[in-house]
Amino acid sequence: MFDQLDQIFVTALHWLVSFVPEMLRPLVTPLICISFILAVFPAYFSIITIFERKGIGRIQNRYGPNRVGMPWPLNKIFNWSLAGFGQFIPDGLKMLTKEDIVPRAADKIVHFLAPVVMLIPVLLSYSVLPFGKNMTLADYDAGLLFFFAVGGAVEISVFMAGWSSRNKYSLLGAMRAIAQMVSYEIPLILSAVSVVMIVGSLKLTDIIAHQNHYTFGIAHWHVFTPWGFIGFVLFFIASLAESNRTPFDLPEAESEIIAGYFTEYSGFKFALFFLGEYLGMFAISGLGITLFLGGWTAPFSFLTWIPSWIWFFGKLTAIIFVFIWIRATLPRLRMDQLMNFAWKFMLPLALINMLVAGIWHYMAADWQRWLVCGALIAGAYVLLGRGLMQNQKLGKRIYRYAE
Amino acid sequence: MTPLQVCLLVSAFLFAIGFAGAVTRRHAILVLIGIELMLNAANLNFIAFWRYGAHPEALTGIIFVLFSMALAGAEAAVGLALVIAIYRHKETSNLDEVKELKG
Amino acid sequence: MTLALIITALVTVLAAATVMSLRNLVHCALAMAVAFSGVAALYLQLNAEFVGFAEILVYVGAIAILIVFAILLTRSGETPEKSVLTSGWLAGVAVSAMVFTLLGWAVLTSSALPKEIATAPAAPVKNIGDALMGKFVLPLEIVGLVLTAAMIGAVIIALKEDKKDNPGGQP
Repeated sequence: MFDQLDQIFVTALHWLVSFVPEMLRPLVTPLICISFILAVFPAYFSIITIFERKGIGRIQNRYGPNRVGMPWPLNKIFNWSLAGFGQFIPDGLKMLTKEDIVPRAADKIVHFLAPVVMLIPVLLSYSVLPFGKNMTLADYDAGLLFFFAVGGAVEISVFMAGWSSRNKYSLLGAMRAIAQMVSYEIPLILSAVSVVMIVGSLKLTDIIAHQNHYTFGIAHWHVFTPWGFIGFVLFFIASLAESNRTPFDLPEAESEIIAGYFTEYSGFKFALFFLGEYLGMFAISGLGITLFLGGWTAPFSFLTWIPSWIWFFGKLTAIIFVFIWIRATLPRLRMDQLMNFAWKFMLPLALINMLVAGIWHYMAADWQRWLVCGALIAGAYVLLGRGLMQNQKLGKRIYRYAE
Repeated sequence: MTPLQVCLLVSAFLFAIGFAGAVTRRHAILVLIGIELMLNAANLNFIAFWRYGAHPEALTGIIFVLFSMALAGAEAAVGLALVIAIYRHKETSNLDEVKELKG
Repeated sequence: MTLALIITALVTVLAAATVMSLRNLVHCALAMAVAFSGVAALYLQLNAEFVGFAEILVYVGAIAILIVFAILLTRSGETPEKSVLTSGWLAGVAVSAMVFTLLGWAVLTSSALPKEIATAPAAPVKNIGDALMGKFVLPLEIVGLVLTAAMIGAVIIALKEDKKDNPGGQP
């Protein structure tokens, strides 16, 4: 019974497609899958915005939004308190109905196209992610390369937005954002390369199949190996930087540069940028889950009866919660600190991680390889950390609480 | 017209446009853009002949194009560094004005 | 001769023509990114998936950004008022037209081109990796060295000189 629940979307797709004549089937099947992605992920985005605002509020010792109730005229009939969970409805309506201001000196065509050019690569990158068993839209042989290729195309839209606004702050924010994205792409890709080295394939379903065995009831996820653990941490930090989230949100911080490259955007175009940024966050978390956290597989063998797509979305929600937690907790990094961190700490650590993954692959499968690989990684981490600190002495931590 | 001829015509057109731009435009960066277009045209030619020619299982076309892309990236980086250095020295990136060896 | 091939070819050709004829450099760079994406789409239709994705990663994701940064660092972002063509532009256009005519005639009338359409070759990534690490390992290592040299060279060339290294002002 649970197997049928697992494959419910696949059977629904086959049933829908069976109404269409044979010739049109290769056209209709991707269209249905695309509409599924387009329906689910923006809905997920609106739910996550509420959780973000309430979560950040609670971490900062305040309530988040808590006023929104049922929409009119339903509130006459059902006078329920939604405790702010309906906030996405008025927010969405506000963004859609706000006046769309375009600066007079702006380059009209480029200004108009920038949000579109941002959304298209982000939505394209969803097509290679496996959401469940047999639930990948386009299972390319080089799926991982496709994901990174379209991820790199987002930078063009950032530049278009910043330059076309004819605003010095926008341009400066755009340059900073592109420099940050380009710098953090390298540790991102290198940490994924160590996974590809071990699995031997760029196909995302192969990478999940490599993680789909269980010893003593625990799954063989890559994150449970030394190189996988450091790889996952590097991937996670680099994906924070790629999505311009705190602590790497200097390009769009209000106290720094107004709003960076989307200063001059209002109304629906701003909504598209916001949507694009969050969808990018989900996509790259989805890739991290596929590479390191086993994709749609269960962590323990006695839990495999839960459908695969529930595992995928559960892990995605957990990672997004950690993103939100980090946003509420850590302060922002300065631009030079950010670049130093990428080039002088993460890049050498990613290269050493690749070396350690190679050593792991060639040593025999017993406790010695854990010791050697763990020692190498710990040694590299400590040495690189000391090197970056440059003999600064840190004092004892002082805690201050609000009165 | 076979698909091979379509691809080869596109490649010839890209090459001609890249060459025309590199030779007629005044700005140094547009010359580099023309060179990149010409490299792309040559790569397209290789892939078209790999697809429709003999022995595609040897993957020679693909490997050649991969190396060509890597070297195009290196050459673009060095060329643009040169343009920036010349701009810093001469305050202009107009190729008509950068015609004397005297500093 | 599918419709997709014709449309992709037209988009690429139009984008390339726009690149070389626009006055504003940033618009040229953006049209160039469109032309590169068109070429990548052509690669995908020729069953060279790996090369198509690598083209987007390298050209659109890196070289286009590099060109845009260089345009901004040399302050060429505004539309120039004077002519954008060199003095000998007519000869250049004539030569490129002759090149295109010659190549087009050779493509359309040559008998050396294969006549029948072969079946789609399989280019799995594993074979590309085996070839790169087996038969072509020497060019791979040399390309690595060339990229390192280019990176170091580009940084050194574009490095700002300190005033105290060069008090006279001569390079």
